[in-house]
Amino acid sequence: MNYFLLTLIKAGLIAFVLVTVLAYLVWVERKVLAHIQLRVGPNRVGPHGLLQPLSDLVKLLFKEGFIPSHVNLFFYLLAPFMAVALSLGSIAVIPLGPQIDVFGIKTNLGLADVNIGILFMLGLGSLGVYGVALAGWASNNKYALIGGLRSAAQMISYELPLALAIVAPLLMFNTLSFREVVDAQGGYLFGFIPQWAIFQLPVPQLISFIIFLIAAFAETNRIPFDLPEAENELVAGFHTEYSSMLFAAFFTAEYGHITTACMVASVLFLGGWQPLWPAAYGSDFFPVVAHWFFAAICFWHARQPARSYDRYTMPILGIILFGAGGLFLVPFLKPILVPLFWFLSKVAFLIFTFVWVRGTLPRFRYDQLMRFTWTFLFPVALVNLLITGLLVALTTK
Amino acid sequence: MDFTLPPLPISAIPLSAYLILSAILFGLGICGFLFRRNLITVFMSIELMLNAVNLSFVAFSHQMKQADGQIYSFFVMVVAAAEAAVGLAIILTVFKNRETLEVDEVDNLKL
Amino acid sequence: MMGVILFAIFATAAVACGINLVLQRHPVTSALSLIGVMGSLAVLYLLLGAEFIAAVQLIVYAGAIMVLFLFVIMLLNAGEERKIPGKSLVSKLIGLPVFVLFLGLVAYLIQTQYTHAGSPVDFDAFTGGGPREVGMALFTTYLLPFEVTSVLILIAILGAIVLARKEID
Repeated sequence: MNYFLLTLIKAGLIAFVLVTVLAYLVWVERKVLAHIQLRVGPNRVGPHGLLQPLSDLVKLLFKEGFIPSHVNLFFYLLAPFMAVALSLGSIAVIPLGPQIDVFGIKTNLGLADVNIGILFMLGLGSLGVYGVALAGWASNNKYALIGGLRSAAQMISYELPLALAIVAPLLMFNTLSFREVVDAQGGYLFGFIPQWAIFQLPVPQLISFIIFLIAAFAETNRIPFDLPEAENELVAGFHTEYSSMLFAAFFTAEYGHITTACMVASVLFLGGWQPLWPAAYGSDFFPVVAHWFFAAICFWHARQPARSYDRYTMPILGIILFGAGGLFLVPFLKPILVPLFWFLSKVAFLIFTFVWVRGTLPRFRYDQLMRFTWTFLFPVALVNLLITGLLVALTTK
Repeated sequence: MDFTLPPLPISAIPLSAYLILSAILFGLGICGFLFRRNLITVFMSIELMLNAVNLSFVAFSHQMKQADGQIYSFFVMVVAAAEAAVGLAIILTVFKNRETLEVDEVDNLKL
Repeated sequence: MMGVILFAIFATAAVACGINLVLQRHPVTSALSLIGVMGSLAVLYLLLGAEFIAAVQLIVYAGAIMVLFLFVIMLLNAGEERKIPGKSLVSKLIGLPVFVLFLGLVAYLIQTQYTHAGSPVDFDAFTGGGPREVGMALFTTYLLPFEVTSVLILIAILGAIVLARKEID
């Protein structure tokens, strides 16, 4: 099979799945936030509001793409494209699973296996600020400009602890390739403690992981660090003047940033597709059990419907989950689906954390934000790196 | 299925092409330095010249099959970062005192 | 093969962005052009086997230094340059041809000097530019310059803070 064609197919598949997932992340976020705040959330379009992303898309597509007269047209149009391209670009180097064998073709799950993948990801991430900053400047609006300036300062500042937090586990793995990083996290201490970076000796990287998550919140402009688009001070911040699909582009970029940040976190710190406990204790069957458990919950709900239509929707959902669980038992699909399940469930957990934090924490003040990173996060990351480096140097021959 | 491209007139790029590109970029940097009167643009032209020199360092490193040339360009980048920090601070101070960024108007020793 | 195509695309892009930098009157446009030059150069570095330098070019130059430039331009709200009337006609007419002539002379000299120079540039012709090799050279042969550079950066940070802070009266 031609390498070019194979990569093209993989790229198309990943892009399609990613864009669909990004659209549904909006639904997930609204639903989870609603339940945290004791509301129902979107429930009008389709059962449980499941068709909401589709209707949002149709609405945004057919809305007038209004361009204010006072903007700098070229940069105004360029900014959303830069934001989307740079936020989705790093998916190209993130591995999604081990090498698989489909119809006799051996291929890696994931697009490119770059030997400096982590540097590539950092490079694209550091370019990501241009989309936001340019949008703020080109809008020619003082709220947008303040949002863009804040975002530029914030993203430069939080990149330092982010990079330092990434370097610490890399010292233990001694590689810059994502795939080798995941391979280095295989195996179990005493046969049951997974050798993920946050558990691995000599230095469990729990502190790096937390620093990485905090910095990722700031890099993706999320609450509690969403100063660039703080509603009650700046209207909508850098995207005040945007509407229609250009606005949707910024939304896609934000959720793309979150997804890639969570993927990088789970690859670097949570062992990628390495399961939580050894296959000897049946970790391969956990996906089946989990799916069937949720299917059972759906059937139980169908017997005591809270809403009238639950009697019909819940069994359908249950049958889908039951079938999906059964797929993990097919010997041909098992080596593909089980690693994917572990990887995606880690990513999903981290994304849920992002939404959870958004529903829980208030916003920082701007001076607090800057003081927090320069006087607390950065020194802690440095000390953590020093300790890791020292212990790694002492323990390796 | 195989994708093959039609043969090109040259099979590989010689080193001299990289050096000429570097010279062109350096010349453009000089032009910007001389023509532009905005302090920040003048500064950016200097960065362009540094980039051009970096390119020839890396090209020679490829030619010599040694990493040393790349180390030099690494140092150039580090020095450029330091220079940008101080230079932009100076530009900020100039703007604060004179309210202009035109190099032609910053010609008084006294305020 | 691939090297020729990539060089043709990105060398053209670099020169076009460089010309745009010089011609544009607005500093933001110039800054974006410079970022274009830096991105194209990063690809050329990859072609030359300098993987680490290409990544550093993106992270440090395009991702940090240029963000700082853009930040200052946006902060000072720098507008377009004023046009200054009354430049001499001679400089306008002669400047460009002389510049092209000068570049042609340089190109001619380089061509005549380096015709015999060894291997042509392509992928995999030189693989000693990965992070491992560069790091090894930095921390053994070039350890002293490396440490001195860190002092230089510290001084630069202090200088920037002293220059840019608010005067406390």
